Order: sequence, then C-alpha cells, then structure tokens
Amino acid sequence: MSDGANVVNVVFAGLGGQGVIKASDILADAAFRAGRDVKKAEVHGMSQRGGSVTSDVRFGREVLSPMVPRGEAHYLVVLSASELAVARPLLGPKGVLIPPDLVDEAALPNRKSLNVALLGALARHLDLPEEHWLAAIRAALPERLHEVNEKAFRLGRAAALRA
Amino acid sequence: MERRLLSGDEAVAAAAADGGVHLGTGYPGTPSTEILEAFSALRGRAQWAPNEKVALEVGLGAAFAGARAIVTMKHVGLNVAADPLFTAAYTGVSGALVVVAADDPGMASSQNEQDSRRYAVAAGLPMLEPADSQEAYDLALAALELSQRWQLPVILRMTTRVCHSKSIVVRRSRSAPAQVPRFRRDVAARVMIPAYARPAHLRLRKKLESLQAWAETAPLAVWREGDGKLGIVANGVTARHAREAAPGASLLELKLVHPLPLEKIRAFAASVERCVVLEEGDPVIADAVRAAGIAVEAKAPAFRFGELDVPRVRRILARDLSPEPEAPKGKPPQLCEACPYHPVYSTLKKLGCIVAGDIGCYTLGVLPPYEGMDTCVAMGASLGVGLGLRHVLPEEDARKVVSIIGDSTFVHTGLNGLVEMVYNPPPTGHVLVVLDNGTTAMTGQQEHPGTGRTLDHAPTGKLSIEGLARALGVTNVDVVDPIADPAGFERLLADRLARRELSVVVARRPCILAAADIRKYEKAAAAAGCAACPEVENV
Repeated sequence: MSDGANVVNVVFAGLGGQGVIKASDILADAAFRAGRDVKKAEVHGMSQRGGSVTSDVRFGREVLSPMVPRGEAHYLVVLSASELAVARPLLGPKGVLIPPDLVDEAALPNRKSLNVALLGALARHLDLPEEHWLAAIRAALPERLHEVNEKAFRLGRAAALRA
Repeated sequence: MERRLLSGDEAVAAAAADGGVHLGTGYPGTPSTEILEAFSALRGRAQWAPNEKVALEVGLGAAFAGARAIVTMKHVGLNVAADPLFTAAYTGVSGALVVVAADDPGMASSQNEQDSRRYAVAAGLPMLEPADSQEAYDLALAALELSQRWQLPVILRMTTRVCHSKSIVVRRSRSAPAQVPRFRRDVAARVMIPAYARPAHLRLRKKLESLQAWAETAPLAVWREGDGKLGIVANGVTARHAREAAPGASLLELKLVHPLPLEKIRAFAASVERCVVLEEGDPVIADAVRAAGIAVEAKAPAFRFGELDVPRVRRILARDLSPEPEAPKGKPPQLCEACPYHPVYSTLKKLGCIVAGDIGCYTLGVLPPYEGMDTCVAMGASLGVGLGLRHVLPEEDARKVVSIIGDSTFVHTGLNGLVEMVYNPPPTGHVLVVLDNGTTAMTGQQEHPGTGRTLDHAPTGKLSIEGLARALGVTNVDVVDPIADPAGFERLLADRLARRELSVVVARRPCILAAADIRKYEKAAAAAGCAACPEVENV
C-alpha cells in the first residue's frame, strides 16, 4: 500500500543564499545512494532574491507526492532563526525540529557550512549509512570545500548527540 | 540501466539527448529554463532565441527539414509563440517538433496562472503531461515519436512542481540516429495562403479524429483499480497527490491531456459509485468530460487558484469548503543589496515618476522602500503602456511617465515598443530607461543577444541597445553607470523628463551575481583572440 506511511518527510527552511536547496540536494542524494525511492521539491525563481525558501525531501519504499503535506514533516531543519516561526506549522506534532542554534556557529570552519552542519545533526535521526552522506556531500560541492564540509557534518552530528 | 536523481527539466533534456534532437531553442522562463541548459551540458545543440515566437519558428523550420526540434518556454511565453503555433498545426512537420510549455500554478514566479491546456484545444494539437521526472523523460520521448508519426507539433505541458522536483529517472539507450535533415519542396503543405490553408485545416481535423481514436487504446491513460466506490480522474502531479490522499480509490491517470480518451473515461466513471476529476488550474478535463455527457464531480471553484497538494486533494474529496489555512508568510524576495538598480529606483522615487515597468528582477523595485513601479503586465509591455499613459494623461502627469525595462526583456519584445515610440511619439515625448545588467538575471543569468554570447557563453554577434535606439532615430541616447555616478544619472533623467523629446537612457552596470562570470567569459574570449564578434555598428 502506498499510503505514505513508510515515507520519511524532511523540510528545510531558510533564506535565499543560505544553502537550503544544496542541503536538500545532499539529503536526497544520500537517500538515493542508500537505495530508497526519493522525491525532492522546491520552488525557485523569485525566492533566489533573499526571500524565504523551503525545500521538501521525501524518501522511503515508494514516494508519491513530491511535497510534504503541511503539518506532516517528521524533521524540520531551519537555517535562519528568522524562519523558525514561519516554518513551524510545517512540522508534525511528533516531529523533530533542528534549529540553527543547535550548532555553535563560531565553531564552524566556515559560516557557509551551517547547512551541512545541520545535515550532520539530522543524520543522527535517519537510518542512512554515513558513507552515502559523505559521498553525497562530495558530489554536491567542489573539491576545495570537501574537508571543511565533512568537518561541519561531524560537528553537527556531535551537537545532535549532546542536545 | 543508468538510474539518476533528476529534476523534471533535466529529464526532458535527457530525453532530448537520447531521442536524437538536432536542435533545442527557447527563451528563459521559470520554471522551464533549465531544460536547454541541461541539454547543452549533455552536448545537445541548444540556443537561446530573442523570444519564444522566434524560437518556435526556428524549431519549426528545423522540423520542416526533417530534423527533431524541441522548443522550451514558460506558459506566458506560449502566448508570444501562439501566432506560429496555430498555423504550425496546419502545416504540420516532417521531422518532429515538441513545444515544452511550463505552467506555474500558484505563480511562484509569474504574472498569471494561465492554463496552457487551453492552447492544445484551441490550436488542435496533441498535449502530454508528466507527473514526475521519469514521466517527463518518457513522455518527452513519446512526444518526439508522436510528432514524427502524426506529422504534427506536440505540446509537452509541465508545471513548476514537475519541472523543479527531483525524482529517480532510468534512461533508455539512445534511439537510432534520427533521419538526416534535407529539404523537400511541398508548397501546398507549407505555404499557408487561404487556398492551401483551407484543405490544411481539414487535414488537421482529420488527424485529430484519428488521434482521438488512437487515444482510447494508447498506453497514455493508466487505469488503477480500487475499491469501486471512489474513482478519480487526474492529470500531472495531481495524480500522485491523489494516490497518496486516497490510496483505496480507483484512479485514471491521464498522460495525454489532449485529445482526451473520452470513451475510456466514460467506462471508468461507470465503474465507480462516485467519480471526481482532480486537476490543477482550470476545469479543462471536467468541462470536456461533462460536455461528452459523462457524469463526474469537479472541484469547487476555490481550488482553481494555486497549486494542489495532498491536503487540498483531501479537502476536494471530502467536499470540505471551510477556509484553508493561510500559507506561511515568509520574507519576500528583494533586490540584492549590491544591485545596480538601487540608485535608479531612488531617483525615480525622488523625481516622482509614474513608472511603466516590465518583467525581471527589477520588478522587485515595486516593493518597499521604493514602491517604484506603477504597472507591470507582460514582457515588453513597459514601452506600450508608458506611451499609452503619455498619450492621454494631462501634460503635467504625462511628463512624469518613464518606461523601464531590462536588457533581456528589451530584446525579447521591448524592441517593438521602441519602434512604436518613434512612430507615434506622444506630444510630451517619452523616456525609456533600459536597465542593462548584462544578463537575464531573474531566471538565473542566461545570455541573450545583447550580451554577445551564446547559451554556452561562447562569443557571438552582439546587439547594441544604444546603437539600435540611435538607428531608429531616438533624439537623445545616453549610456550611464548608475552606481559609478548616481548624481549624474539623476541629473540626466531630470533633464530628459523636462524635454518634449524622445530619450533612451541605458543604465549599464553588470548584475552583481553575474559580474564575476561575465569577467571570466570575457577573459576567455580575449585569450582565444576572438576576432569573430561582429558588434552592431553604432549609428
């Protein structure tokens, strides 16, 4: 039965330029590499100009609609504090919020890598092998950024363990 | 077989590559832009046209010669291309011509939410619509085959959600090389004077009759048996929302949305207790099905607006008309902090201008703090609308009217308006400001004829906006850098507004997001010692 019950729903929220879409690309690729059916949806265009951006990733045995129904996200990853209130209604009642301050920004090797650090925190909750996460990060970013982002990913994962 | 995670746009590009498309052309427009860029990255021959009408004509010419062509545009671009489209349905093609029209229900990045399915009905052309990336791939290939088989242009209708969502695609092996293009004279089929067009119209209707019969058995309507109580007829991504919202329902997924397999729909409706048509946008399927005497339920009028999703589909099925939760109000997009248009908008505000605007990033100038735009309707409309205002307003207001347009939009259809300005000048004259940031910024920094570079950023002939304005006989033509000299820009604009003459001011400064890439392309061209850039002479 394809009733969506087997599907994991993740929503990323932030502002244009923060790497919301990059983060969702990496998660979608990691799930794809792990052999899951995956759909990823977002709207670009006007949102590229500094406005609010959200991106949905759904994965599981079979994914039908590409969009996470409002209030049914299992995980909500928010990259900008200003978007917390706006995005909150997307999260389900038992859903897990991964807020931007989960990771100490000062400890990040690079401010731009917050998106990947929060992916590290998300990875704690998801049943996806680390090799696929790292392969997805490497595939999504130029080589000179690999080390910085792998560090950010591990930092986020450690932060989620403490939280 | 290779499995990849692709967007709907990338999937169409892959199909074009695997389906032996000789030429892809189009004009950038969200959400269709990435198709040609991805096709080019796959080594397809892809090029930007100045606008969708020209693109369709180029594609048609290629298809007349027996080639396979794909032409991409957003829904409003299809309006621009509509003139050749309707008659191309009469002429037909020898090769294949697939027109990709990307609709934007919910208007994520558009000025209207017109439903392109109406064009298939109006022009009399087959139309296919995918639900996800795999279908975008499969149906783009099917569209090429259909076009070749029926010798008709075929429209592939996409929506924002399908264009920009990623899902898994399995590519087929490349099909056998398409036929080698060659010219075959066929005057009666290709020259649409009335004497030849009358039989051509009859031929078109005959083809559509055959297509209609073929549609009933073609594998382009997928019937999924359910519990027999609820039946859903749906197209595009809505069919996926429906399977999720009502997993027990019977479902008829329509991939060929014109012509509709009406007898199959009739049998489907008769097989269930309650039959609901689910479709985004206009009630196109519901109206056609009802006109055929098939009893189906259509969505309530409130669901004509915006995208559908799983919660909205649940509401339609539950006949729930209670107010929907408001969409989250996030931060609106805005002009980039370092955008060269800031001084332009502050000047327009300071001078109290009435601004006939146009379509691009700069439309964001309508938002606070500038609120610097009074009209925005269609690509290129700033010229005509500004002139109309000038013609009828009392003189003290007419003299405040300025048309503003971006460089890519100017080339697209602003050019025609400039001809009108010279031909029918208002008594108070007129002022056009061309915001030339050297790229098609809004859609993601595509090249256009004014940049002097092709889709893949190689040097080519370069159109000079100021040269064109001078050649047309505009009295005052100036080029300024609004960032380097904001005071000079203000003085110039104030002076031009005070004259009863025709003026074009080109405000030239590269887009802040594109500037680094533009420098890179220019450097590469210089290094290649490029002497092949025939710039249009300034007159």
